[in-house]
Amino acid sequence: MANKILELHELKREFVMGEMTVRALKGLSFEINAGEFVTIMGSSGSGKTTLLNILGCLDKPTEGSYFLDGIDIKGLDRDELAGLRNKKIGFVFQSYNLLPRTNALENVELPLFYNKEITADERKERAIKALEAVKLSDRFDHTPSQLSGGQQQRVAIARALVNEPVMILADEATGNLDTRTSYEIMALMQDLNAQGKTIVFVTHEPDIAAFSSRTIMLKDGKLQKDSINENPRSAKEALASLPTSDDY
Amino acid sequence: MSILNLLKIAFRALRRNKLRAFLTMLGVIIGVAAVIAMMAIGQGSKQSIQSSLSGMGSNMITVQPQSNTPGSVRLAGSSIQTLKLEDVEAIKRLRSDNINGLSPVVSSGGQAIKGANNWPTSITGIVPDYLHIRQLELQDGIMFSDNDVKKSAKVCLLGKTVIDNLFTDGSNPIGQIIRFKSIPFQVIGTLVPKGQSNFGQDQDDIILAPFTTVRNRITATTYLQSIYASAVSEAASDAATAEITASIRESHKLLPSQDNDFQVRTQAQLIATITATSSMLTVLLTAIAGISLLIGGIGIMNIMYVSVTERTREIGLRMSIGARGKDILMQFLIEAVLISITGGILGVLLGITSAYLIAYFLQWPILISQSSIVISFLVCGVTGIFFGYYPAQKASKLDPIEALRYE
Repeated sequence: MANKILELHELKREFVMGEMTVRALKGLSFEINAGEFVTIMGSSGSGKTTLLNILGCLDKPTEGSYFLDGIDIKGLDRDELAGLRNKKIGFVFQSYNLLPRTNALENVELPLFYNKEITADERKERAIKALEAVKLSDRFDHTPSQLSGGQQQRVAIARALVNEPVMILADEATGNLDTRTSYEIMALMQDLNAQGKTIVFVTHEPDIAAFSSRTIMLKDGKLQKDSINENPRSAKEALASLPTSDDY
Repeated sequence: MSILNLLKIAFRALRRNKLRAFLTMLGVIIGVAAVIAMMAIGQGSKQSIQSSLSGMGSNMITVQPQSNTPGSVRLAGSSIQTLKLEDVEAIKRLRSDNINGLSPVVSSGGQAIKGANNWPTSITGIVPDYLHIRQLELQDGIMFSDNDVKKSAKVCLLGKTVIDNLFTDGSNPIGQIIRFKSIPFQVIGTLVPKGQSNFGQDQDDIILAPFTTVRNRITATTYLQSIYASAVSEAASDAATAEITASIRESHKLLPSQDNDFQVRTQAQLIATITATSSMLTVLLTAIAGISLLIGGIGIMNIMYVSVTERTREIGLRMSIGARGKDILMQFLIEAVLISITGGILGVLLGITSAYLIAYFLQWPILISQSSIVISFLVCGVTGIFFGYYPAQKASKLDPIEALRYE
C-alpha cells in the first residue's frame, strides 16, 4: 500500500545572486509514503529551508521534478500553487503565525476561507473538530495573547489540520518552546501520525528527530543520510520521565 | 474565493484595529460631511434668492431710460426724460402675443399724512396691469379700474409698512382718506405683505395710485420713470424684449446707427446673473470641501500602506495556507472600500445633521439635494478603490517565502 505522498527526483534549486549562482540543492531524490513521520535535519546552509519551501509549494525547483500527491508542480502557476497549498498542505511554523486579536476558532477557520467549496457552517464545524483534536476545546474564544506558547502552537496545528491535508509540514515547530512543551507538541504529532497523518518535520535538534520514524539528513544541498528509525521514542514516555515540576 | 468570504475576512481584519480604522475613517467622514453641508448651504441660499426673485415676477420686463450720450455729455439716469407715454402706446399697438401686461410707472417721494401721523414714503403711479406684472396681491378692498385711471381718480392702495405707520390705532384703512403732498387720496385697498427684497428694500413701503393722478397732480411731468411689462412666459420673455425694444426705437425715431436711449431688462436675466454668483459660491465651497475629501483619501492610502507593511507576516501566512494574490488584493481593497464607505455613511449623517444645525442656529436657508448625497457617496467608493488599490497591489505581489520571514 505504498501510497507515495512525495516524490522528488534529482531536485535542484539554484539562486542567481548578481554574477554568482548559489546552488542550494544539488540533486535530491527521495520519496515519502503516506503515514510516515519524517524529520528533515541538517545544519544551517544545508539547504533545509530551500527544500522546505519547495516541499511546501512556496517555491519551485530549478531542475528535477517534484510530485505532491501525484501532482507535478512544475507546470503550475502562482495561483494553482496557492490552491495546492490550500488543499494538500498544512503548515506549522516556528513562530506560530497566528492572527493577533483573533480568537482561536477564527484562526483555525482561516484556511477554509480560501476554499469556496466549504460553507460557513461546515467551516465552523471543522474548526471545532480540529481544535478538539489538539485538546483545546475549552479555548475557542481565546486570542493568541491569552494563550501560552504551547497552546498557540496547538492552535496552529489545528489550523494545519482543518483542511485535511495529505501532509503536515512543520518548520522548527518546537524551536520556540521549552523542553516540556516541545515534548507535548511531539506527543500530539505522534498521535496525529498514529491516526494516519503524514508528517514532515524540519528541525535541527537530534532530540526531536528521535521521535520520528525516519530521518533525512542534508548536507551542502545533498542527501547525506536517509535512515529508518526502527524504534522511535515515545513522546508521552519522555514527558513522563521529566521531573513533574520545576525547582523554583 | 467567494465575495462573502472576502467581506468577512476584511471585516475581521478591520475589527482587529478598530481605533485605527475609525481614525482613518475620520478623514473621509469630515470630508463628506463638509461637502454635504457646504452644498446644502450653497444650494439653499441659491434657491432662496431664486424664489424671492421669481416672487417679484419672473416674467417681468422693465424698460428704463438710459443716456445715449447726446453731444458727448453723459446724463444721470434720473434726469433723462426719454421715456414717454407714447412709447407705452406704441407697445400696446403691437398687440403682441408675447406680452400680457403693460404699465407706465411714475413715482414721487414725499410725506404721507393721516391725522397726526406722517410717514416718508413714495407714491407710484401705475395702471391695474401692474399688480399682476409685479405679482402683488390684494389683501383687502379692491383695485382701481382703468376708468379710475382715465378720470385721474384720487384713490390709492397701501402696503403694510405705510398702513402700520399711518394707522397706528389699528383701524381699518379702507375708505379712509390720506394725504400725499397735500393731495387727498381715498384708500380703496391694501396689499399682501412681501417683506424685504434681496437688496434689503422694504417692498411693503409703497402707495399705488392711478398713473394719471400721480403724473398730473404730483409729479406734473410728461416723461415716465420706467415701463413695466410682463411676458406670457419665461420662454417668451426674449421675444417680448425684442418687440419692445424695436417698437420703442421706432417711436423714438432712432436711426440704426444710434444706440438705444433706454434699457430693457428681464427678470430672467437678473435671476441668471444673481444665481450665477451664488452657483459660483457653491462650486467654490464644494471644491474646498472636496479637497478635504481628497485628503481623507490620501489618509486611507497612507494607513493601508502602513498596514500592508505591518501585516507582511499575516499576508505571508495567508498565502501559505492558500490565498492567491488576487485574494490578498481583494482583501485589502475591500478593507479600504469598507473604511471609505462606512466613513461615507457616517459623513452623510454628520453632514445632514450639521446642515440642519446651521439652519436652526444661524437661520440660513439650506437645501440638501439627493444628488449631493449620491455624488459624495460615489466619490467615497471611488476614493476607497483608487487609494486602496496601490497598497493592495503591493500586498498581493509579496513573495510568501519572504513575507513569512519578515521581521
